[in-house]
Amino acid sequence: MKIQLVDIAHARSGDKGDTANVGLIALRPAWYAVIERYVTGDRVARHFAGQITGNVLRFELPNLGALNFLLHGALDGGGTLSLKTDAQGKVYSTALLRMTIDVPDAEARAAGVPGA
Amino acid sequence: MSQDTTRAAATRIVRVASGQGFWGDWLEAPRRQVEGGDVDYLMLDYLAEVTMSIVQKQKERDPQMGYARDFIGAMESVFPAVADRGVKVIANAGGVNPDACASAVLDAASKHGVRGKIRVGVVTGDDVLHRLDELLAAGHPLANMDTGEPLSAIRDRVLSANAYIGSTPIVEALQQGANVVVTGRSTDTALTMAPLRHEFGWAADDWNRLAAGIVAGHILECGAQSSGGNCLHEWRTIPDLANVGYPIADARDDGSFVINKHPGSGGRISVPSVTEQLVYEMGDPHSYITPDVVADFTSIRLEAVGDNRVRVYGITGGPPTPFLKVSIAYRAGFKAVGSLVYAWPDAMEKAQLADRVLRERLDQLGLRFDQVLSEFVGATATHGALAGNGREAPEVQYRIGVRGSDRAAVERFTREIAPLVLNGPPSVTGFAGGRPKVEEIVAYWPALLDKRAVTTAVRIQE
Repeated sequence: MKIQLVDIAHARSGDKGDTANVGLIALRPAWYAVIERYVTGDRVARHFAGQITGNVLRFELPNLGALNFLLHGALDGGGTLSLKTDAQGKVYSTALLRMTIDVPDAEARAAGVPGA
Repeated sequence: MSQDTTRAAATRIVRVASGQGFWGDWLEAPRRQVEGGDVDYLMLDYLAEVTMSIVQKQKERDPQMGYARDFIGAMESVFPAVADRGVKVIANAGGVNPDACASAVLDAASKHGVRGKIRVGVVTGDDVLHRLDELLAAGHPLANMDTGEPLSAIRDRVLSANAYIGSTPIVEALQQGANVVVTGRSTDTALTMAPLRHEFGWAADDWNRLAAGIVAGHILECGAQSSGGNCLHEWRTIPDLANVGYPIADARDDGSFVINKHPGSGGRISVPSVTEQLVYEMGDPHSYITPDVVADFTSIRLEAVGDNRVRVYGITGGPPTPFLKVSIAYRAGFKAVGSLVYAWPDAMEKAQLADRVLRERLDQLGLRFDQVLSEFVGATATHGALAGNGREAPEVQYRIGVRGSDRAAVERFTREIAPLVLNGPPSVTGFAGGRPKVEEIVAYWPALLDKRAVTTAVRIQE
């Protein structure tokens, strides 16, 4: 089944120079395994293709049920150089939550994902 | 030590309250934090990456300026608590002129009749602007951490240069009896960790405890961002944001602490609200680097332990690197941003046509920029193509910005927007603000510097 991240996670994002970071946090502990498995760095890079100029790095924080993504080249130079409305990457968080992942029905049911 | 004393030490709590997350944060917060209940320390974070260059420009115009002026008002609002109840204040409000900031605090104290009860500890040594050439000559490259470029590329355009300094000089100021500590470019997290290190007597190599202090600092440093502000999780049900309670860390000697807020205040402290702040501006969670310690955010454990109370424990850390980060600000050209609003029907198409017309005119004028960026607010400005094509948007703000080294070109650009109201696509409004202003860009150059090249100092003013 298709799951949109907004239904199983929340998020916050910020900046460090021209890099945006997005922390993606599972809404329930059981859903961390789902995002950990399906929201890969490659998948996130494809999601933001055309919007960022650099690569994507992923870090895992199972202790917080969270993943941290670094999106390089996301902020038109960042800080005061940037001409973007979102020069500090504050709403990359919800842009990631738009992403849809494909999860096998049985796995989604086992994790108790909404609608599964 | 008797068993009772040991037990007393183990259960002793030091309360550090966050009262300001940046220069421009809620003016009410510091006073509410000291009046809403008993706290031991009030920490106020004023500095962002660009702040140092702003205060440096102010100091050039007036040698008595160059610090966060809001801090003086904040101090006036908390003087009774500091003078009579023993609350101590720690703030990186000193900018590039901590001495002048301390003097202004003492002047204000005189006005409020509490001068004799205020001892300001002034921390200096972070400002390396006047030492840049000496440091370069001594072989410190100060290359850009992100790009590797040598500092010589921008040396003649540097406005400010400050090393991020850690908790040690703040601890020294507290040891010398300061009840207000004013620093320049201290790390935000040191403002919280230093009082814990001071109160509990943590050793300079007690990595796990120091790391715990840093994590407490990270949770407090953005004010209400950990207590319900800017919180996406169940945001509709977060109560009474109008009276949001800023976070407080109740810390123990074992390195655990409980994040909470004053009774009766608004907002929410929950595992999700604290987690959102923990991941904010995070890099590699295994090594959160500070001058004092490298904290491991993958060790953090969170537990809900009551109404608006989250216990944080299990934190580990390791020794710091041999470097301090230096924040260098430099002049980097000019920019301007202008906008117009297009209404239904076909708002997005009209805005896109305006963009093509304007860009053609800029080309015809022969204006060259390093960057021209167009956005369509209401459609794709923040989420780009992920948000669709904007065809259904009932109104769209067309927003265009340019950046370049030629001030005259940027100036000319600002005169090309308003004409579109009469000579561009229809159903246009929203130009009441007039021509956009040309802004000088002060950009940020992060570099590393050998710790041994920086010496901090502490002086008491009273």
